[in-house]
Amino acid sequence: MTALWIVLAVVVVMAVAVVVSYNRFIRQRNLVQESWRQVDVELKRRHDLIPNLVEVVKDYMSYEQETLARVVEARGAAVSARGTAAQAKAENALTESLKSLFAVVENYPDLKANTNVASLSEELTTTENKISFARQYYNDSVMTFNNTIQSIPSNLIASVFEFVPSEYFAAGEGEKSVPKADLR
Amino acid sequence: MADAGHSCPECGTPNTAGAAYCNLCQEPFAKKESSSLRRVPMIPFNEAAASNVRLSRLLFFLLFAAFFGLGGVIGKAYGSVELGLSLALILYAILASAAWFSGGSIVLSIHDAREADPAEHRQLLNVVEEMKIAAGLPMPKVYVMQSQGMNAFAAGRKPDEASIAVTTGLLSGLNREELQGVVAHEMAHVKSRDTLYNICAAILVGAVALLADMFLRDAFFFRGRGRSGSGGRGNAAFILLGIVFALLAPLASRLLQMSISRQREYHADAVGAEITRNPLGLASALEKISRGGAEVPGENRGTQHLFIVNPLRAFSAGSSALMSTHPPTGLRIQRLRAMAGEGG
Repeated sequence: MTALWIVLAVVVVMAVAVVVSYNRFIRQRNLVQESWRQVDVELKRRHDLIPNLVEVVKDYMSYEQETLARVVEARGAAVSARGTAAQAKAENALTESLKSLFAVVENYPDLKANTNVASLSEELTTTENKISFARQYYNDSVMTFNNTIQSIPSNLIASVFEFVPSEYFAAGEGEKSVPKADLR
Repeated sequence: MADAGHSCPECGTPNTAGAAYCNLCQEPFAKKESSSLRRVPMIPFNEAAASNVRLSRLLFFLLFAAFFGLGGVIGKAYGSVELGLSLALILYAILASAAWFSGGSIVLSIHDAREADPAEHRQLLNVVEEMKIAAGLPMPKVYVMQSQGMNAFAAGRKPDEASIAVTTGLLSGLNREELQGVVAHEMAHVKSRDTLYNICAAILVGAVALLADMFLRDAFFFRGRGRSGSGGRGNAAFILLGIVFALLAPLASRLLQMSISRQREYHADAVGAEITRNPLGLASALEKISRGGAEVPGENRGTQHLFIVNPLRAFSAGSSALMSTHPPTGLRIQRLRAMAGEGG
């Protein structure tokens, strides 16, 4: 009789543990999805800002058409990229092309003084920052989620319910280097 | 990396350029300045945050214990511990609900904070939005105070009704990176619910003082009438004990409150550094603030603990004293630099 009770108690405790663990997975996965949406919102915002910037800047920068063309091209590639890894790669290329554009803007004092450019550049700076902070938050939540999936004993629950590790939004190689477009 | 680091004169270990003391042997580099500063161990910011949370909890528990201990002793003095405890509890409930429902808007109006204008304060609003994304919080309301002094505070009980206010002096005096550091510090207060902690601590301290006051008046008033004599034997000793408690408890609870407040500041610095991944932004902002002034409109003792740097006694030499709301700014800068030296 006592043995039965012990078995029953163990079963109940295990069932509760499974439910708690499962719910934690759901919470963390939702957080990953939600933080990805934040990244996505900011990426879209950047895509929308770039045509305005190009429009304002292009009259001043007759000699830098190539830099501008590269930004437009990178934007097009980023808009059409699908999947986290491909998107991360395209967006990193766009970040890099924008950096070289701003490095070039530094050389045009009257362009820097233009209020339109100044406010656009603040908008673009904040969007760049928001992207990187949103990505930081996304990667943090992915790390928490993946840690839970891979740790003992929660990895058992993960394999039963088929939770798979999420993909990081990786920082590009170029992001750690200095923009090099205007050196040529 | 590229910027020239320097070797430790004691042990020869190479260190980063901004390091306040050696990575390996912890020998401070600037001897004259560091002599008054306590040396702090070099720890990564997430550990710093965790240990600050533990210490704050311990202090908070002690504050509770002091409060209910006083209630119990007073109750015992009158023959009923339960009476004293329930009196303490009722008093606490009344004070707490009063503070809870009065809301956070009062502090904003005291300091004449106006809502930030989307056109004029574009950069501030952008920076706050960046920090709310990095912290994973809802967007707080943003306010601006007209003052040459450089200061900022956060208010509101929960993240979804939080507000952050900064002075115009702060906006004009700091660059974008430094402003980000300050806003991240305030965001950290919101994230770790420090504003709530502060309200609770203030209530407890107020309640302890009130309770002690009531008891002291009563004890002296009734002593001559022999009320305790009819109540039961042995109570005279407890009345004496109660008097000692009632004299010490308000002071002790106040010390604890200040200690908690200082810990919360270190904690917010650490979490802020975690949010921006850039402890040096806030360090440089604190340096600028300590060179300028930190005064705000409508400053008073009641709200001094809310600000990023105490507006009343910002950088006095004795600001590490037991009764100050903030740690000395120099020590905060040193700790932030230590976080950066660790490789943040």
